[in-house]
Amino acid sequence: MATHTGGLTKTEGHATVRIENLVRSFGERRVLDGLDLSIAPGEFVALLGRSGSGKSTLLRALARLDHEVAGGGELTAPDHVSVVFQDARLLPWKRLLDNVVLGLDGPSARERGTAALAEVGLAGRERAWPVELSGGEQQRVSLARSLVREPQLLLADEPFGALDALTRIRMHALLRRLCERHRPAVLLVTHDVDEAIALADRVVVLDRGRIAADLPVDLPAPRRGGSAEYAALRGRLLARLGVDLVEEDNAA
Amino acid sequence: MSTTTLDEQAPPAVGAPAAAVRPRRAGRKRLGPGRPVPYGWAIGPLLLLALWAAGSGLGLVDARSLPAPWTIAGTAADLIDSGKLQSHLATSGQRALLGLLFGVAAGLLLALVSGLSRLGEAVIDGPVQIKRAIPSLALIPLLILWFGIGETMKVITIALGVFVPVYIHTHNGLRTIDNRYAELAETVRLGRLAFVRHVVLPGALPGFLLGMRFAVTAAWLALVVVEQVNATSGIGYMMELARTYGQTDVIIVGLVVYGLLGLVSDALVRLVERRTLTWRRTLAG
Repeated sequence: MATHTGGLTKTEGHATVRIENLVRSFGERRVLDGLDLSIAPGEFVALLGRSGSGKSTLLRALARLDHEVAGGGELTAPDHVSVVFQDARLLPWKRLLDNVVLGLDGPSARERGTAALAEVGLAGRERAWPVELSGGEQQRVSLARSLVREPQLLLADEPFGALDALTRIRMHALLRRLCERHRPAVLLVTHDVDEAIALADRVVVLDRGRIAADLPVDLPAPRRGGSAEYAALRGRLLARLGVDLVEEDNAA
Repeated sequence: MSTTTLDEQAPPAVGAPAAAVRPRRAGRKRLGPGRPVPYGWAIGPLLLLALWAAGSGLGLVDARSLPAPWTIAGTAADLIDSGKLQSHLATSGQRALLGLLFGVAAGLLLALVSGLSRLGEAVIDGPVQIKRAIPSLALIPLLILWFGIGETMKVITIALGVFVPVYIHTHNGLRTIDNRYAELAETVRLGRLAFVRHVVLPGALPGFLLGMRFAVTAAWLALVVVEQVNATSGIGYMMELARTYGQTDVIIVGLVVYGLLGLVSDALVRLVERRTLTWRRTLAG
């Protein structure tokens, strides 16, 4: 099994993200407890974990959003980091294009924003208000807002958690396509094992503030359930998350 | 038309066949108030006006207590012809506008300082809350001693009444901006100024406009008082003068003007609201 706690075994040369012995505590509780992880440029890593395992804390540390959180350790992240939140988090008083280019300046910003909207399938909707969009469309705008900044690292915190199953499948394909084109390193936080396998090059399981498993996903392109390899990987990940498939099948 | 299919419980029509064919609506009764009446808002005031006219016409209302509507209309026409009403209105309007201007500016500025920094809040919020507990009109004796009985005192009194609602509602608007937007602003690396411009001000705008609606009412209220205390011009002065001569009709013209001013200014603020908050209205209408 590829489980390790060193964290540096995967990366050759210069890593985009390098985390060593990261600690984050809320009061007495150590949410991240000596965590090591590194992500190579362009690598798509899915981060799995039960609720309370520290997934969001890690992501917020990487996004530098944890101002008043106690902790220590080494953390190296690139300058250009974009975040996709679980809620699309569009400013309701700004039209779509203004949301996409928020904080960008320069003469080409609006052009690039228009292109980014077209890339996520919302060409021609530049002047719409966020409230006029469905949940899936709003999340696509949020993707456009993240990618128009050409990030070296894309952080996504359960970005499809609030979407229905059909929209989610479409969003998976879109995210995959966008990442192949822009090649950012990606850290996708999710609690959905199938989503992790469908999207990532590597799946990392977080448990009690440390990496409990770190598995590469070496499955052929259309990653559908049904193949033996898929089932084996899924079983291993679920076991790491504390779900025993044999027990689950017996119960069902 | 005469069929009443579900009308089984209707009493038998005895001796009055017309009652039996009265159509009854089948099914359940609607509990909600139903569709709005066209021009419904005008019905109450018009009814009141009709009662007043009928009372005056039939001689039921003493003309010295309450002159007839047509007398009021005539008096208003006379006041307009002589140019008195316009000149008083101009003076009143100028006072209200100046007071509104200074009051809104002060309320907005204080709300921004107090809403954007904890230190500002510590310094500003307490005194404003204390000021809120003192009616502006109770300050008039002090203001007269400080500023005399001229225009300065009047404008300051109005401004003091105006700035409180603007401050309270803008400050509340600022404080209730979702912290998630602040996080977003950090991740897209907005600077302090850009954050205020793109997130804080538009986010606080609905609160500010609500404060404006209260502020406009407060301005007219304060105006009435300062003009009746000591003035030599303005609508309030015109009414006060009419009282000493027993001209009930002039007093009522003044009241009507105040009412119209209040209505028009509130409608103006609501128009601005509709224009600037389109992002909120798209679903509502």
